[in-house]
Amino acid sequence: MFGLETVSGPVGASMLIGVVLLEALVLYVGYGALEQWVGPTITRALKGE
Amino acid sequence: MEVLGVAVSLLAMFAGFGVLIGLLFGFFGMGGSFLVTPALLVMNYKPDVAVASGLAFVFGTSVIATLKHRDLGQVDYKLGVLMIAGTTGGIEVGKMGLHWLQSMGLADTVVSVAYVALLGGIGVFITYNAVKDDGGGGMSHDVEDDGEIDADDIPDIAKTIQSYRIPPMMKLRGGVRVSLWMILVVAFATGLLSGLLGVGGGFIRMPALFYLIGVPVPVAVGTDLFEIVFSGGIGSFLYAMDGAVDLTIVVPLLAGSALGARLGAAATSLVDEDDIKVYFGVMLLLGAIAVAVRKIGGAIDMPVLDVVALVIILGAALLVSGAVVVSSVRELRTESAPSVHPSD
Repeated sequence: MFGLETVSGPVGASMLIGVVLLEALVLYVGYGALEQWVGPTITRALKGE
Repeated sequence: MEVLGVAVSLLAMFAGFGVLIGLLFGFFGMGGSFLVTPALLVMNYKPDVAVASGLAFVFGTSVIATLKHRDLGQVDYKLGVLMIAGTTGGIEVGKMGLHWLQSMGLADTVVSVAYVALLGGIGVFITYNAVKDDGGGGMSHDVEDDGEIDADDIPDIAKTIQSYRIPPMMKLRGGVRVSLWMILVVAFATGLLSGLLGVGGGFIRMPALFYLIGVPVPVAVGTDLFEIVFSGGIGSFLYAMDGAVDLTIVVPLLAGSALGARLGAAATSLVDEDDIKVYFGVMLLLGAIAVAVRKIGGAIDMPVLDVVALVIILGAALLVSGAVVVSSVRELRTESAPSVHPSD
């Protein structure tokens, strides 16, 4: 995936961990925005309002 | 149908599995590699790929869960750094102990028995305190509005440890004051067990932070996750040097768990822990049974017991995450219900 299947060694490992870290940060920001956007609606629905 | 050379069905399965794991991880600060690695092994991934990908996934999830707990003011960085220092020393000594046991030909037996006993022992301890519910030993997610933990919520062992006033004293989140040396001793002990048993240690460290040091559970979870960012990052980097991390596993798992971790972390501020702590203890107990079943399967060469162990672990995870979701929704509905006073 992303052409990183065969990477190894310190540089390859850094790239791989960097991809995981980047994905984590993107997901944190993305889901955070999604939570702000649809969160109140879902919370109200769960509260039965 | 494929995306980036990977079947969509496989991506969807890993993403769904990720939501389940993320929910538990965000709520309890444990359960990542505990669930992922056995699942990957049963799916016939090579052991190094299963362990490495599990670690890389735990690293990514802990980053997200820590950021969410930080937003809620539930990470004590000072305590986290001290725990990292003490744990690292403990792991090194634990590894030495493991090598010594290996040289004696006792490593597999001792580690297996100790792992099952520890997991089951912590499960029994938490379940017992939860059922007893005497206010002095149970786990509570409640933190007082002024940020100070209620003295009645501090477990007796933690009160004893806090009573040893060997300078320098540290003030932690929740208004807890404890000696620096006591923190290092607890961190060293948890690291020792991690190094000896070869496990991440979330299931040891999170209860230790609460029961031994006495910080509120949300801070114990947040600080434990902060530490896992470093241990998971370093561990997965070392495995990635050998090319063992498989991104086709990690990327979809992380996408699902990011959502689950957000929900789990938010639930720590919402759920009354009284509803959940029994399930947490039971999950650890079932985890101990699953590990014992897997070890027996390996000893008598019956691979089918690996599948039985996985079913027990996944069943326990589904049960507990379901309980977290149900309790969260119930709590939301209770909050929104109009309060009725007798005088009305």
